Amino acid sequence: MILYPFIIEILQLLIILALAPVFAGWIKMLKCWSQGRTSPGLFQPYRDIIKLFSKDVVIAGNASWIFRFTPYLVFGVAVLAGGIVPMLSVDLPLAATADVIALVALFAIARFFTALAGMDIGTAFGGMGSSREMTIASLAEPAMLMAIFTVSLASKSTSLSEMVQVIYSGLSVFRPSLAFALLAFILITLAETGRIPVDNPATHLELTMIHEAMILEYSGRHLALLEWAGMMKLFLFVMLGVAVFAPWGIEASGDFAAIPAAFLFMILKLAAAGAGLVLIETGLAKMRLFRLTEFLGSAFLLATLGMLSYFILE
Amino acid sequence: MSVLTDAITSALGTDIQFDKRQYPSSVICCTVPVEKFAEAAWVLKKKAFALLAAEWASDETPFGRGFCVFACYRWGKEYLIVRSELPSDNPQFPSLTRRYIPAYRFERQIQSLMGITPAGHPDARPWIKFEDWPAGAWPLRKSFDASKPLPRVAGEYEWIKAEGEGVYEIPVGPVHAGIIEPGHFRFQAVGEDIINLEERLGYVHKGIEKKFEALSWQDGARLAGRVSGDTTVAHAIAYCMALETMTDCNVPERANWLRAIFLERERIANHLGDIGAICNDAAFAFMLYQMSRLREIVLRTNHKLFGHRFMMDKVIPGGAAVDIDSEGKKEILSELDSISKDFEKLVIIYDESPSLEDRVRDTGILRPELARELCVVGIAARASGLNLDCRIFNPFPPYDQYDLIELGVPVLITGDVHARTWVRIQEVRESIRIIRYMLENLPDGEITSSFTPPSPDMSGFAAVEGWRGEIIYWLQAGPKGEINRCMVRDPSSVNWLGLEQAIPGNIVPDFPLCNKSFNQSYSGHDL
Repeated sequence: MILYPFIIEILQLLIILALAPVFAGWIKMLKCWSQGRTSPGLFQPYRDIIKLFSKDVVIAGNASWIFRFTPYLVFGVAVLAGGIVPMLSVDLPLAATADVIALVALFAIARFFTALAGMDIGTAFGGMGSSREMTIASLAEPAMLMAIFTVSLASKSTSLSEMVQVIYSGLSVFRPSLAFALLAFILITLAETGRIPVDNPATHLELTMIHEAMILEYSGRHLALLEWAGMMKLFLFVMLGVAVFAPWGIEASGDFAAIPAAFLFMILKLAAAGAGLVLIETGLAKMRLFRLTEFLGSAFLLATLGMLSYFILE
Repeated sequence: MSVLTDAITSALGTDIQFDKRQYPSSVICCTVPVEKFAEAAWVLKKKAFALLAAEWASDETPFGRGFCVFACYRWGKEYLIVRSELPSDNPQFPSLTRRYIPAYRFERQIQSLMGITPAGHPDARPWIKFEDWPAGAWPLRKSFDASKPLPRVAGEYEWIKAEGEGVYEIPVGPVHAGIIEPGHFRFQAVGEDIINLEERLGYVHKGIEKKFEALSWQDGARLAGRVSGDTTVAHAIAYCMALETMTDCNVPERANWLRAIFLERERIANHLGDIGAICNDAAFAFMLYQMSRLREIVLRTNHKLFGHRFMMDKVIPGGAAVDIDSEGKKEILSELDSISKDFEKLVIIYDESPSLEDRVRDTGILRPELARELCVVGIAARASGLNLDCRIFNPFPPYDQYDLIELGVPVLITGDVHARTWVRIQEVRESIRIIRYMLENLPDGEITSSFTPPSPDMSGFAAVEGWRGEIIYWLQAGPKGEINRCMVRDPSSVNWLGLEQAIPGNIVPDFPLCNKSFNQSYSGHDL
């Protein structure tokens, strides 16, 4: 069936748009429970987004086009990346055009513009956030590429679809290189998506913020798009990790009937990943800013070890 | 004779006169000629190693005199007030700032609010009063009419500037994210390293000291309870004690014990909140919610037993407004049992979380020698090796029965965020213990006694250890027996400087954590 990949692609986009806020809500819900509080429910992020969309946008007088353009760009990048990472099926037309290096580059573009927008208005907090974000980026991006390359080595491809297919077919084989790469990937995910112990997404203290400091001046629909894109980024990183390191249940046969099962597997894996994230976030305090270099350095080291062990052991 | 009076009499000899209008008699007040004012400070610092507790001025024109400037020194158990009379035209006094650092702000405040010039003060910028006030408006002078609105004039505050490659400024506030009071912090930073922090306060200046002068002695206690809402009990006790020393009011034993129970409950509630909030600023939200839960239990018991969550207006001149019956006693005891059980578990979590420990240790260090120079008080002092606590060193009843109450006070020397947190943790434990003791041994009797207003031209002094630290009140009765001056010295008035000096050398994202570990009152400082 020729239309099949396109239907999958559309399904994927719908899933990321709709499920990313639910996943964020799930994390918040677990967090509330772990702290002994009642939670606002799974759908609170939707309400927040709707609230922000219904508010007016307030823009500083000296804001340039970069400031206005950035929310759309960041949102667009998140949606586009949603078309690249295999969630339900490996049969993705976009995955064939953009490989994992392109994916990292896409995120880098979004980050670049967010950092520019943070400095655009000229407030101290924005510039501070941008400078911290770029510090993290310079350490996290190489580590991320190293981790992904380790997987690419094992699958002899940088296309996500093929990587997933290879790993999926060689399911029973446990590769030490992948274990190292997975550990590195988890550390990078925490840094890239601004979670504790790297950044605190729930803080109100401007001086401690990293990602939030850059988008402090945004309001209304701009902020809604950025928040939504942030949730999608978290969702995508988790999906990327799941696809590359635990692709069980993903549909690889081109059969429609397998889609519901794949969807169910995806939900289960998301739920488990959310629980893992909350365990990390509840048990740890945020680290001192300059410990980040050690944190991301160890991510890089783990990824390098993964690569070495591929050559030595496999 | 005492160490402080010995030092000052041996140095200044016949120049000093002892003032008999100052109560209680244990607090000695002496008058020195104004030109010897700074010399007295120098002698007390060099010979007696005294700390400066407060500096203030009063307008004594209703008595037919000019102005008066006061400096209060502390050494161990002793307080000594040095007083100098100034003429009403062009009043000036020699600045103490070069001898005692905390005088830096006290004197800017005297200059701004009373219009008395501290000669030789290095900084002529206003403090608390803003630059948009008209020239010559001195709100604490008797000639100032507080009921009329003032015109606004143009003016600019000059900030300390830093220059050089890569130096940038971060202005924070006065309106902050989150529900806290307003204050402005200006950082000069290179990269993430803070090279200087300058505070600017005064955004919640309400004219409280001026307002006191229009109130009756009874109503003054209610206003004192509103100087800083989270310290309402301690402020009310300090005001009432200063007042009671001037009138021969004999506060019943039971009332003293009740006041102490309220005071310790206030300490527990605030410390619990602070410990949680400190952890939350390191993104360890679990502690915040658990500590807030415990704090809420304390507040709800307060509301149930005493009719107010913070026990506002429960301390009145002459005694206490509410009693504890046997039901209430049982309730508090069982509440303390459950709180201390949960609290100990949370302390273990605090103590055994390496990621949290990494944040709180070695952050925001106020070195002991600097703490001493800055004359900080309370939690900040005890975390930096200064063993200061009025409950021990200037014991007000019932703490003067130390053989019964046996109060233990934690003193740590590291001066970092952890030390300030740990002092709080220890104090919560100690407060729980002594509340239990006081409930079991509560004396019988009345809880109020009759109270007569003081006679003219008397002054009363009291120092009380609130949860932040030593609170000082100095009251002066006017010619008709009304309030002529009420000086309020919240611990924050000195400790804000401690924060400012503890910050350079830290990194920008650590500031909120350091600030929370001091947790000063803006309202109590701005008055």
